[in-house]
Amino acid sequence: MLLKLDPSKIRCEEIRDIETIAADSVYKCYQCGKCSAACPAAPEMDMLPNQVIRYLQLGMYEKILESNTPWVCASCLQCMTVCPKGVDLAKIMEAVRTVHLRRGENKLNINKLDEEYKARAPQIAMIAGLRKFQSLS
Amino acid sequence: MKFKYFPGCTLYTKGKDFDDSGRAAAEKLGFSLEELDEWTCCGATFPLAADNNMALLSPSRALCNTLKAGEDRLVTLCAVCHNVLKRTNHVLKTDEARRNTVVSFLEESYDPKVEVTHYLEVLRDIIGFEKVAEKVEKPLAGLRIAPFYGCLLLRPAAEMGMDDPDRPTIFEGLIKALGAEVVDYPLKAECCGAFQVLNSEATATRCSAEILESARKNGADLIITACPLCQFNLEDRQKEIAETAAAFKPLPVLYFTELLMLALGGGKEAISKDRHCVDPFPALRARGLLE
Ligand code: SF4
Ligand code: SF4
Repeated sequence: MLLKLDPSKIRCEEIRDIETIAADSVYKCYQCGKCSAACPAAPEMDMLPNQVIRYLQLGMYEKILESNTPWVCASCLQCMTVCPKGVDLAKIMEAVRTVHLRRGENKLNINKLDEEYKARAPQIAMIAGLRKFQSLS
Repeated sequence: MKFKYFPGCTLYTKGKDFDDSGRAAAEKLGFSLEELDEWTCCGATFPLAADNNMALLSPSRALCNTLKAGEDRLVTLCAVCHNVLKRTNHVLKTDEARRNTVVSFLEESYDPKVEVTHYLEVLRDIIGFEKVAEKVEKPLAGLRIAPFYGCLLLRPAAEMGMDDPDRPTIFEGLIKALGAEVVDYPLKAECCGAFQVLNSEATATRCSAEILESARKNGADLIITACPLCQFNLEDRQKEIAETAAAFKPLPVLYFTELLMLALGGGKEAISKDRHCVDPFPALRARGLLE
């Protein structure tokens, strides 16, 4: 795939916001791919976790916006456990979600879930779902 | 011996059997769990955003109340509550600026000497697995148990400090103390898909199917866990898994406390009758552990 880089977008504001919220730098990553190899949710992702970081390094924030990867991430911390560079990728995924949610964009309307399912699922599933996918505003 | 105890929302309702068997087993082992006053939901996820102090308030309040009650240890059973409380405590202990923000918002003071301890750690480090073994009235002889750790009990290792997330041994130690056989399998510390069951159901179904198959292939009669969400996903997904995999055989998933209580002489009352959507009784009967 041929990518055209725009140097003015590298370290753009959106990406700095993500780094601030994650309290981590995307530039620590040297693209070894261990995170993606370890990620249990990778089969349902349309972009591998290490690719998310790569696009962020290259200033291609719009690629991340189109991707389902941050929304399929289960915050399981496998990636940060195996990363040789100490990147906390789960925090970066959360930061991407947080930027959306703070703009008031909901990913999931819990009220629309099947009533019967809601009655059987444990509270922790519902509360975690609200926290991860629903905006406060 | 008494410990302040944080049950959490799920153990009050859908995971009531976890709470009941945990408390009953504690009494048999010579300690009791005394519920913390006025606890509120921990939030069910530790906030991974460094500027999300709001989500630290509820778990911080529980930590402050532990101290106010004159205690310096808060015991948990639910792996999710445990992760949230322990990681919040880590923030309060190591990040002075965030601690000041949170604690002053709550109009509390906090001395970071409180420790968050999981029930399994109480068994291993305070009671001792050898003492647990001495109290076993009905050894679970022949029962092949696959321990399932999931993601939250052990990770991140530097903060949770309970066990090695790659080669954990705490469940194994307990299983041996109960006289049962440990089933080792590669996916024991993987993720069941967790809250993704609400958004990407396919992830939770596939992840659960892989874990169940891995345990089954290695000869498990059943799985034990400390996480009500793992317990739910791993059992609840099985209906769907069976629809696509003709050879799939159901595998029960129990709270570790149910089997602990069974081994301590609790009889069939130790095992929940209505909570499990995969009936655990046949597997236990097949090993002669129940009539
Ligand atoms: S494991 Fe770490 S260094 Fe390797 S690609 Fe993933 S984030 Fe980058
Ligand atoms: S935290 Fe997210 S990205 Fe990392 S391994 Fe787990 S599901 Fe994959």
